[in-house]
Amino acid sequence: MRKALIRTLVELAERDPRVVFMTADLGYLFVEPFAERFPDRFFNVGVAEQNMVGMATGLAEGGFIPYVYSIATFAALRPYEFIRNGPVLQNLAVRIVGVGGGFEYDYAGPTHYALEDVGAMRMLPGLNVIAPADSAQCRTALLALHAAPGPAYFRLGKDDNFMVPGLDGRFEAGRIQVVREGGDALFVAMGPSVALALRAADLLAAKGLQSTVAIVASVSPAPIADLRDLLARFPFAVTVENHYAIGGVGSLVCEVAAEHNLDCRVTRCGVTRSPAGPQGNQEFMNRLHGLSPEHLAQAALDRIADTRRPGNRVQNDWAPAAEWGAPHTAVRKPVPAPETARKVD
Amino acid sequence: MLRSPMFPQVTGKAIRRIVLNQAKRARVGHIGSALSVADILAVLFDGSIDSGANPGGDYALRDRFVLSKGHAALALYAALSLQGKLDAAALDSYCGNGSHLAVHPEKELQGVDFSAGSLGQGLSTGTGAALAMRLKGHAGRVRVLLSDAEINEGSTWEAVMFAAHHKLDNLDVVVDLNGQQALGMTRDVLDLSPMAQRWQAFGWDVREADGHDAQALRAHLNASTGEKGKPRVVLAKTRCGKGVSFMESQIKWHYWPMSDDEYASALAEVEAA
Repeated sequence: MRKALIRTLVELAERDPRVVFMTADLGYLFVEPFAERFPDRFFNVGVAEQNMVGMATGLAEGGFIPYVYSIATFAALRPYEFIRNGPVLQNLAVRIVGVGGGFEYDYAGPTHYALEDVGAMRMLPGLNVIAPADSAQCRTALLALHAAPGPAYFRLGKDDNFMVPGLDGRFEAGRIQVVREGGDALFVAMGPSVALALRAADLLAAKGLQSTVAIVASVSPAPIADLRDLLARFPFAVTVENHYAIGGVGSLVCEVAAEHNLDCRVTRCGVTRSPAGPQGNQEFMNRLHGLSPEHLAQAALDRIADTRRPGNRVQNDWAPAAEWGAPHTAVRKPVPAPETARKVD
Repeated sequence: MLRSPMFPQVTGKAIRRIVLNQAKRARVGHIGSALSVADILAVLFDGSIDSGANPGGDYALRDRFVLSKGHAALALYAALSLQGKLDAAALDSYCGNGSHLAVHPEKELQGVDFSAGSLGQGLSTGTGAALAMRLKGHAGRVRVLLSDAEINEGSTWEAVMFAAHHKLDNLDVVVDLNGQQALGMTRDVLDLSPMAQRWQAFGWDVREADGHDAQALRAHLNASTGEKGKPRVVLAKTRCGKGVSFMESQIKWHYWPMSDDEYASALAEVEAA
């Protein structure tokens, strides 16, 4: 979605002199179209994310709309308190753009995996939190929120090519987008995780089960009414997000179900433990952490087999993750035995 | 030639009087810090410094001020009230429920450009404000008041580097160099010396001044005396608790509130000065 970002920013900057683009020294071979076109409004601030957000606060107060860019973890977490005390507390039109959600940075390893950014951002009042599902939706969302008075966080995927069938770039703040309809299962996916949910829906379809797949790209403002109406129609929902299972869309769906007394069970599929340890590419890491299409389909099957639909048990004949092998553990450091606490007299 | 002060009543002495009265009434601390910056704020708010700005009543074109050491906000409220921007009732709401005057400044309050309170963030904000002015081609200056201790924060140095690299010569920093921080003297906690050389090495126009000498501060803060192409820092040597002998350079007055007796003798000293 980086190409969509830069194309959209160039377009916005053409017609809006308030647009300023700052990067904390990231974006090689993609920031250039903006930098060359608007050298006066492009700043590589160096590897200094805190200062970047602090300066964006000063720029926004002065009437600019600064877009600040880095890898999602560095854009969201390193300057978190600057975001809190700056654009959020002072309600300023700063756009924080983080690229790479979940395990998108592949072999880069855990420092580069954004697994808690959406949860951390979602807690901040008045901050729009947007996780587009594909680059067309990314563009629509950037345009839709550009002139919004308060701050926004965009969590962009790295993939420029995958387009969600049936989404057609639709986006509206505070709304969901349904891209597939079916009555047997409900998947609610955050942003690009919809690709996994669609593949899980395909696996279920092969068994004659039809799924509804909904996208939450507007995490904040939360699509509460839409989710309420959707969850009311299903006995269960499987949430899917390339994020920790706590704090993101899974939590949001639970909140909506509980607060509206909905008779809808929720299975949250997301990362539930630290990514430290064995590494791999995105697909490997997703499988390792229970985010493969097979895992998701199984989560739906387990719910279908639940008491509310007796006799509806569907046998599973796929073998999740088998072909990927087990993580290598031979090189692991031995874990020292904890020192026994000695009693002090 | 200095312009005649628009607000001759904004003086260090008047700020100190309000600081003592309000701190006593609200039974709160941070008195030492507020007294430390009283003379600096008097100069920044008495209308005597020429910033080169010509706002002509346009709010967006005003100079900006960042009280990065937000814990000295009581001195800022005092200056704003002496300017006539806060009335007595507002001032008397300091640290009360429902008041906009908290221990640290909040942007919703008239006269406050930026919320502050978390150390090490204000210089970045001020640098952004200076950049905004330059991008818009507006005259005028951004002033940031830093504590010496918040120079411990790495983010302060991120902004120091950016401002120098981008030659933001519309940015003035005043460091309230009182040599104290919450738990001890800066030289014992995390030595900042040699302060002037550090800023010089980062490419700033460095001035050293007595932070209680209004005349000297004014001379260093006028737009016309700035060095072209460099942001400016005035290392203002101050004393924490300045003006009240028993508070001066005492760590306890960073947090401590005053007893009745302490208040009476503090006020008497300030009035006699």
